[in-house]
Amino acid sequence: MQVPEQLRYAPTHEWARQDGDLITIGITQYAVELLTDLVYLDLPSVGEETSQGASFGEIESVKAVSDLYAPVAGQVAEVNQEMASEPAKIAQDPYGSGWLIKIKPAPGATLNHLLTAEQYQQQIAAGH
Amino acid sequence: MTQRLQTPLHAWHVAQGARMVDFAGFDMPVQYKSIVEEHLAVRSGAGLFDISHMGRLIFNGPDAEPFLQSIFTNDVATMKPGQVRYGLVCNEQGGILDDVLIYRLAPFWLMVVNASNREKILAWFQQRIGSLRVGMEDKTFDWCMVAIQGPKSLAAAREIDTACDSLKYYYAALGYPNPDDMEPQIVSRTGYTGEDGFEIIASNRWAEVMAGYLTTPQIAERIGAPVVPCGLGARDTLRLEAAMPLYGHELNEEIDPLQAGLAWAVKFNKGDFVGKAAILERQKRKDLAVRIGLEVAGKRPAREGYRLLAKGEPVGVVTSGTFSPTLQKAIAMAYVFPSHAAVGTLLDVDIRGQTAEAKVVPMPFYSRKK
Repeated sequence: MQVPEQLRYAPTHEWARQDGDLITIGITQYAVELLTDLVYLDLPSVGEETSQGASFGEIESVKAVSDLYAPVAGQVAEVNQEMASEPAKIAQDPYGSGWLIKIKPAPGATLNHLLTAEQYQQQIAAGH
Repeated sequence: MTQRLQTPLHAWHVAQGARMVDFAGFDMPVQYKSIVEEHLAVRSGAGLFDISHMGRLIFNGPDAEPFLQSIFTNDVATMKPGQVRYGLVCNEQGGILDDVLIYRLAPFWLMVVNASNREKILAWFQQRIGSLRVGMEDKTFDWCMVAIQGPKSLAAAREIDTACDSLKYYYAALGYPNPDDMEPQIVSRTGYTGEDGFEIIASNRWAEVMAGYLTTPQIAERIGAPVVPCGLGARDTLRLEAAMPLYGHELNEEIDPLQAGLAWAVKFNKGDFVGKAAILERQKRKDLAVRIGLEVAGKRPAREGYRLLAKGEPVGVVTSGTFSPTLQKAIAMAYVFPSHAAVGTLLDVDIRGQTAEAKVVPMPFYSRKK
């Protein structure tokens, strides 16, 4: 199971990465494998506000619907339209081309509260 | 956590890397790798399902036939030896207690019931049998049951039992192929996927042997496709494409067989059965919701519980929905008032606050080429 060192993780299986002024957000490989057979992705529009821990979208597999939770508060700056139209592609590269949104973080918002790769590894090893 | 029941294939599923979930109290595989891949394997080759969780009850004794006739909506008296028939067990109000298969076999009658209803229906039968000369035995935990489904299913199933060669659709054969085993083996040409297929009942000790043998590369080579282990996820998407109802979703104790579109499995001319008078009474009503098929615009599936609207007014509710792997469309089954049930009717489905167009279409969504 791939859990890149340089990313930070939410317990709800989103990853976050500081990219200059923006924070890129996606879902982990573990989440992709848990969901499997992705058919639908609902993402916010550019300019919408996200708050930490609140739902910013939904992802659906053949079997079920899951909420996507924002790891940090901020404003949506970019949306990955390619994934929105073909969510099955997320599985090919969940930490790269399969990113979902980029957020301009709210003043003072950081990634410090999120899990490190090691902590997230421990969580998924425990089967959550 | 209460202990979940296990089928004789439980360890085998875990060894195959299946994701296990609770289903009707059993720890069952929902998928091994991908629901879609398993689904498509059944449509193009062959899939193997563990259905040992389903209830298997046997009936014998001089009153077994009249007893079954009295609690089953279909006709058992006209069944030929070896024949299998689908029908409903209803309560006095005409509501569906379970949907079942009855097999007419030489030594006994066999009934296959839903796992989720087994205990309820056993108790209800017990009460109904009363002083009748009927022996009823629950063989669920003595016998395993696997389904082999798909266009290559005959080639695979005959590797287990060559009696499959001569089986017609909805017929079964019983034998004792294992000399050191007093338990029967029952093969039937039945299934829940919309494909040709077989279901095999055998004593528990054969479960892993059968599953292991069927999934060897040698079998794949011989029949021209691998026999792919399939979980409950693919079972659900397959039966949905075939528009087969699932108890607890399309069927429950408040719904009668006619609403469910199962009039073909109700024989009013066979004599009395529990629920008959109530079903005939309900047949006259024009206000009872009926089961329909829907195609939903866009890729987003309409799921159980989502409301259906016509001009903003609620007219029904979705009971099952998915994105169909074969048809590449969002499909659903629903109950709507008869005024909105005609094929071609356009409705709106409320998908968590957003509406999508849903069109009433004929069922089944998918039927195999024969």
